Amino acid sequence: MTAAPYSEIWHRRTPRARLVRWMGWLCLVALFVWCWQVMTETTIWAFVTDAPRQAADIGGRMWPLEWGYVPELLLPLWDTINIATLGTLGGVAMAFPIAFLAARNTTPSAMVLRPVALFIIVASRSINALIWALLLVAIIGPGLLAGIVAIALRSIGFVGKLLYEAIEETDARQIEAVAATGASGPQVLNYGILPQIMPAFWGISVFRWDINIRESTILGLVGAGGIGLKLNASINTLAWDEVAVILLLILGTVVASEWVSARLRRAII
Amino acid sequence: MLHLKGVSKTYTSGDPALSDVTLSVPKGQILGLIGPSGAGKSTLIRCINRLVEPSAGSVTLGDVDLVRLGKADLRRQRRRIGMIFQEYALVERLTVMENVLSGRLGYVPFWRSFLRRYPARDVQTAYRLLDRVGLMDRADSRADALSGGQRQRVGIARALAQEPELLLVDEPTASLDPKTSRQIMRLITEICAERGLPAIVNIHDVPLAQQFMQRIVGLRAGRIVFDGPPSELTEDALTEIYGAEDWNAMRQGDAEQAEAEADAKRRMEALAQ
Amino acid sequence: MSTAYPATWRKPPQLIRSTRWRYAVQLGIALYLAMALGTIEVDWSRVAEGLARGQRFAAGFLQPDFTSRWTDISRGLIESLTMTLTSTVVGVLISVPIGIGAAANLVPAPVYYVCRGIIAVSRALQEVIIAIFLVAMFGFGPFAGFLTLSFATIGFLAKLLADDIEEIEPGQVEAVRATGASWAQLVDYAVQPQVMPRLIGLSLYRLDINFRESAVIGIVGAGGIGATLNTAIDRYEYDSAGAILLLIIGIVMIAEYGSSYLRKFLQ
Repeated sequence: MTAAPYSEIWHRRTPRARLVRWMGWLCLVALFVWCWQVMTETTIWAFVTDAPRQAADIGGRMWPLEWGYVPELLLPLWDTINIATLGTLGGVAMAFPIAFLAARNTTPSAMVLRPVALFIIVASRSINALIWALLLVAIIGPGLLAGIVAIALRSIGFVGKLLYEAIEETDARQIEAVAATGASGPQVLNYGILPQIMPAFWGISVFRWDINIRESTILGLVGAGGIGLKLNASINTLAWDEVAVILLLILGTVVASEWVSARLRRAII
Repeated sequence: MLHLKGVSKTYTSGDPALSDVTLSVPKGQILGLIGPSGAGKSTLIRCINRLVEPSAGSVTLGDVDLVRLGKADLRRQRRRIGMIFQEYALVERLTVMENVLSGRLGYVPFWRSFLRRYPARDVQTAYRLLDRVGLMDRADSRADALSGGQRQRVGIARALAQEPELLLVDEPTASLDPKTSRQIMRLITEICAERGLPAIVNIHDVPLAQQFMQRIVGLRAGRIVFDGPPSELTEDALTEIYGAEDWNAMRQGDAEQAEAEADAKRRMEALAQ
Repeated sequence: MSTAYPATWRKPPQLIRSTRWRYAVQLGIALYLAMALGTIEVDWSRVAEGLARGQRFAAGFLQPDFTSRWTDISRGLIESLTMTLTSTVVGVLISVPIGIGAAANLVPAPVYYVCRGIIAVSRALQEVIIAIFLVAMFGFGPFAGFLTLSFATIGFLAKLLADDIEEIEPGQVEAVRATGASWAQLVDYAVQPQVMPRLIGLSLYRLDINFRESAVIGIVGAGGIGATLNTAIDRYEYDSAGAILLLIIGIVMIAEYGSSYLRKFLQ
């Protein structure tokens, strides 16, 4: 073997690229440290070091579980499920037309209506159901209705976004073929586009319902009805044994709803 | 019957797809449109029913100039033009019957189409057409449950349900096996003959075109370079359409491939030793 | 031809074929809706009273007041933003080992079950509920919020990462394993290149979610812009509340566009 003039050093990246990467990581670390300092400025470290003892204390008070509390929780739980279901229905009903306004291939006006629809979607997505509930409780008073409207408003963005993406991904050839028969605009929608997005539509709706069950369990914290009201009451009285029962019930409901939604989605698709 | 005069199309990207195409199709004639991909075949037939808007020229069907029509009039005229698509373009999630009935969309009001309550005559026509293409028993199947050949038959029935005066056919056999391709072509030509329907058929398969077409038009880079009966489609004419340099390039590509393979083989042998 | 073709056609039912079942399901849905709607008790006089407030809120949204509470708003925003960044970084750092541990094709069964268990717990509990506990343990303020968001990030990121790793191309793993690579080398050479782009994308997405959540957990005392918003609504200062909501929407929009740009740039 003759010694070939091959380099003995190999680098994956050029020196410049490596420098950029290192600088990027360095900036991230510096940013993290700075953020950490700003964030913990007001933190009282005595509380933090005390936390394990607090945790043990709370854990100790959770036991034994207050099972006798369960019958009292069933009605609020029923309310919670209703908030999620009716809220989903309302949200989906509002999201459906908005999705058509927002999709590039179906919007009647790309200059005016599409940005408006996109803004509604972003606004709804940015603001959590709990914040909507906070506002609505202040406006229309505490109760189920505030919860339902909050869930509906929050669902618009999620359903609207996924649905308009589904509309934009429809097969243009099928739509073209329907248009070529001399069909009118609404007929093209009905025959060319709707059949293509229906499975996505049902899947998204059921998925959102599942998420809404989860979200509606806490709406009661701000007075919007459901099992969260009980949770709030128990936390305020520091009745941790009741809190633990409520949490277990919520956990059970969430798992059950996830199972139901998975089954439903499989049946649809 | 159909007259195209000076039809040109330039896409917004600036690529000229068609330049100055003038063509007449008399009643009952089946015309095959051949040419390399990108020659503008698809654009040409879409300019006729204005799925693609032509940039210049006129398209007259009977005595109506299709290019100058408003939206509502265009829809009324599109009913007269049946179209059969490459890869079927059926609405996959609807039933076969709905797909065939969708050929009547231009004739019925929205509420009828929405409720799927078509006039009795339309339903009978749809059944008769399904019987004609041999799919009577699949009326209630979903379109995505059918095989390729069956789907294209549904596509044919849909186009015929319009009771068209002209048939536009875009690569009807592009995704079918040779035997099914021939069956579909035979069905289309038979139906055209039965009804005296003129048809323009985009087709990339030259032997199939020669076998079934009455007249062949060769398109190259958006211009007509051949127009005559299949018997005149000689080797020279094909070179004119598909271009000599293309053949050479293809052969050159083959040579390169062969060389690379030989090289790889030599290396493998060297390794084995 | 004399064959008579049928003159009517009805679309066959697509989902439930049995007529009896179809009616039963329809009846059940109608019954449920009637019952569910019956549980809503609306105090219409309260709603009418609230409409005026709703109008004031809408007006506040259209004419937001950024200035009069600006010191509170800016403090809340800084808390939210710093909380978001630190919790995402820490969450990602913890998610990576847990995600690898929860990939069935890389680790032995016991490790797999432990890691999947951690993920399940983190996913099942609402951020707000976790925040309540952590506030009770660590006191009010952004530190509890930081812990909440870090914990929630693990459930989200580790699960998606693990699912991703389980779906990687087995051929590439086999090829690297065939060279005699150790487990760590395998992860570095066969797994990391395949999931890295998605990990970056998901981290940026989670950054976005964490900011949105940081606005919520403030309501239960975990610091951030949510606390400011809660105070504003409690004081009926709807113009300040409108300003805060518009800031949240604006930041989320910037984050969404920014992260999609960054993802394109990094890949």
